[in-house]
Amino acid sequence: MNLTTPLARVRGLGSAKHGTEHFWQQRVTAILLAPLCLWLVISLLGLDLQDYGEVVVWLRTPVNTLLLLTLVVAACHHGQLGVQVVIEDYIHDDWQKVTSLIMVKFLAILAGLASILAILRVFLG
Amino acid sequence: MGRAKSPLSPHLQIYKPQLTSVLSITHRGTGVLLALALLLLPYWLLSIAAGPEAYAALLNHFSAWYGKLLLLGLMFSVYYHLCNGIRHLGWDLGRGLDLATTYLTGYIVVFLSVLLTFATCLWMRLS
Repeated sequence: MNLTTPLARVRGLGSAKHGTEHFWQQRVTAILLAPLCLWLVISLLGLDLQDYGEVVVWLRTPVNTLLLLTLVVAACHHGQLGVQVVIEDYIHDDWQKVTSLIMVKFLAILAGLASILAILRVFLG
Repeated sequence: MGRAKSPLSPHLQIYKPQLTSVLSITHRGTGVLLALALLLLPYWLLSIAAGPEAYAALLNHFSAWYGKLLLLGLMFSVYYHLCNGIRHLGWDLGRGLDLATTYLTGYIVVFLSVLLTFATCLWMRLS
């Protein structure tokens, strides 16, 4: 049975078979981020953030490096997915919408990679 | 026809704000704020990587009034988005969708996020 409307068939549009992907990825990253955010907040509150040496020692500890890297990846992905929904809800002009969506994706990748680079520099340096 | 002039549903201007709708838009607002904070995360991490001078410059910004205000906003956003996010995950499991439970969990989220923000401020002042 073909559920595509005749107009959509002519245009070559239809389900891309990824209908639930955005929703699912947002939930999976949310489940990951809940304990990771709690961990980060508790860790930072336990540190003397004014003391540079103490912060570096904390960041260099392998388990902290690993958890922070995971948090950065999950947070950038989750943030991009969330802002995408906000843009899709409020911006209706196609050009503005697509441009903002691409910019947000680009910024999320840039922020994520810059953070990873910095974490690795401290870890390896 | 006169169709163009008729109000569009849900016609937000005359809606009385309800706990549910206010919490919903706050979830979105805090989410956007946290997404913006993700652009500051590399600034924090890169200044740690760059050395003590760069880190001291960052600390200067965050001890100024605008830095403190930003931190307070972020702190509340993290706690609120986390608590309300768990509420959302519950809904995704089909739990707590009736009106009474929705309001109850809503008040719990407000109470918890304000309490946690307050406790964090107190902790930072003491230590």
